[in-house]
Amino acid sequence: MTMFDRYLAFGRRGVEAIQSLGRATLLLFHSSAWGGPGSAGFSDLIKQIHSVGVRSLSIILVAGFFVGMVLGLQGYTILSDFGSEAALGTMVSLTLLRELGPVMTALLFAGRAGSALTAEIGLMKATEQLSAMEMMGVDPLKRVITPRLWAGLIAMPVLALLFSTVGIWGGAFVAVDMLGIDEGAYWGNMQASVDFYEDVVKGIIKSVVFGLVVTWIAVFQGYDSIPTSEGIGKATTQTVVISSLAVLGLDFVLTAVMLGGV
Amino acid sequence: MSAAEPYVSIRGMSFSRGDRLIYDAMDVDFPRGKVTAIMGPSGTGKTTLLRLIGGQLLPDSGSVKVDGHNIPQLSRKALFDFRRKNMGMLFQTGALFTDLNVFDNVAFPLRVHTDLPESMIRDLVLMKLEAVGLRGAQQLNPAELSGGMARRVALARAIAMDPEIIMYDEPFTGLDPISMGMIVKLIRGLNEALGLTSLLVSHDIEESCNIADYLCVVSGGKVIGFGSPQELLNEGNDEVKQFLRGDPDGPVPFHYPAPDYQAELLSGGGQ
Repeated sequence: MTMFDRYLAFGRRGVEAIQSLGRATLLLFHSSAWGGPGSAGFSDLIKQIHSVGVRSLSIILVAGFFVGMVLGLQGYTILSDFGSEAALGTMVSLTLLRELGPVMTALLFAGRAGSALTAEIGLMKATEQLSAMEMMGVDPLKRVITPRLWAGLIAMPVLALLFSTVGIWGGAFVAVDMLGIDEGAYWGNMQASVDFYEDVVKGIIKSVVFGLVVTWIAVFQGYDSIPTSEGIGKATTQTVVISSLAVLGLDFVLTAVMLGGV
Repeated sequence: MSAAEPYVSIRGMSFSRGDRLIYDAMDVDFPRGKVTAIMGPSGTGKTTLLRLIGGQLLPDSGSVKVDGHNIPQLSRKALFDFRRKNMGMLFQTGALFTDLNVFDNVAFPLRVHTDLPESMIRDLVLMKLEAVGLRGAQQLNPAELSGGMARRVALARAIAMDPEIIMYDEPFTGLDPISMGMIVKLIRGLNEALGLTSLLVSHDIEESCNIADYLCVVSGGKVIGFGSPQELLNEGNDEVKQFLRGDPDGPVPFHYPAPDYQAELLSGGGQ
C-alpha cells in the first residue's frame, strides 16, 4: 500500500463517517414523531418500555447497590481522615445523583438494552421483515423505530433515578449498618445539602440526553447494519462502543455547561 | 384503465449500484391479470427489478409505471398508500414477523390498515389461511413452521388486503417437491380466482414454464426475450434458448475470459 493509497483510504473513511451521520440524522428526523403510514400505537410503546426498561431493572438495581456500597466504603476511608464522616451521606448522594447515576445507567443500558435493540432490528432487516412491512404499506420507521426510540428516552431517566436511589441505600447499608456512622447524620446532611433543581433535575436532564443518544445509536446501527450474521455482530459491537464513548464525551460537555451556568 | 393496457410499464429505466450498471435504459411491459416469470442468470438483478417496481429502490432515470402511477415520483405517503391498496409481495424467506404467531401475522395488515371489528378480522384471517391450507396452524409460531409452510403463511398475509399485483421473489427455492407443488398450485389458483397480476422471479425453468403465461428473460441490463414459454423456446435468440435449455456453453461462454490456453501452459508461469 503506497502512501497515496493510505491517504485515499483515510479520506474515504472520513466521507463514510459523515455519510452515516447524515443517514442517522435522517432516521431521527423521520422516526421521532408519531403518526404516518401504519404508525405504532400506545400499546407498542408500553411493550417497548417493558422490553428496554423493565428487563434492564435487575442489572441496574444490583449494580446501583454495589456502586453505592463501594462509595460508602471509599468515602468513609477518605472522610474519616479528616474527621468528617458525617458528610458521607452528602458525598454518596451527590456523586450518584450528579454523575454516577446517569453515566453508569447509560453505560449499562447500552450494554444490556442497546445491543439487544441493534441485534433485534438487524435481524428483522436480515430476515426481510422490514422490507415486508414496507411492501404492506407500513412504514418501518414509524412502526418499529419510533416506539423503541421513545421507550429508551422514557426508560433511561427512570432507571437512572432508581440506580441513584438504590445506590444511596447501598451507601447507607455500609456506612450506618456496618461502619456505625450516625444514621441521623447520614440522612440529615444529605437532606440539607442536596438541592432538587441543582442536583436531581440536572441529573435527570443528563439521563434524558443519554437515553436519546444511546437508543438513537442502537436503532440506527441495527437499521443501517449489513444484513448478514457478520454485519449484525459488528453493528452490535459498534452500538456498545460508540454509545459508551458518546455518553462519556457528552457527560463532560453537559457537566461543563451545567456548572458554567451556576 | 382498460384490460388491454399493461399493469406495469417500464420505460428507459436505468439503475446502477455503485459503478455497476444493473439496468441500461430498459423497456418492458407486464400484462394485466397474467402470470409473468422474470428469469435470467444469477446477479442480473431480477430481485432488484421487483424492488424497483415496489418503490423500495429508485431508478437513476426512466419511468416505472404501475397501474398508471409513476412510482419513483410518488411522495413517501402516496407510495405507502399505493402499496397498501395495490401491492403484495412474497419474500424468499417468507419474512414472517417472528414475534407474532401465524394468525397475528396474517391479521397484521388488516389490524394496521383497517378499523374492522376483531370478529370480522378473525373471519378474514381464517378465510385466507383456509385458502393456503393452514387454518389448522393458526396458533403456531413462525419458528415451528417448515420453509414451505412459512411461505404459504406469508402468501396468506400478502393477499390479506386483496392486492391487484403480487410479486413473488424466488418462490420455489429450497422447497421439497410436495411443498413446491403446493406453491405452484396456489400461485396459479390465486391468479385465476382473484384476477391478480403476478410477477415471479425464479431460476426454476420447468416450474416457471408450467405456471407462467409469459416469460421475461433479463440479461446484461436488458430484456433479451419476452413471450410465451413456447414462443421463446422455439423462436427466441440463441442466448435465450441457451438459458432456457440450460446449455453449459453458447453465447454465454463456459470459460471466463482468459489468455490462450496452450500459450499459457507453455509460458511456464513466467519463470
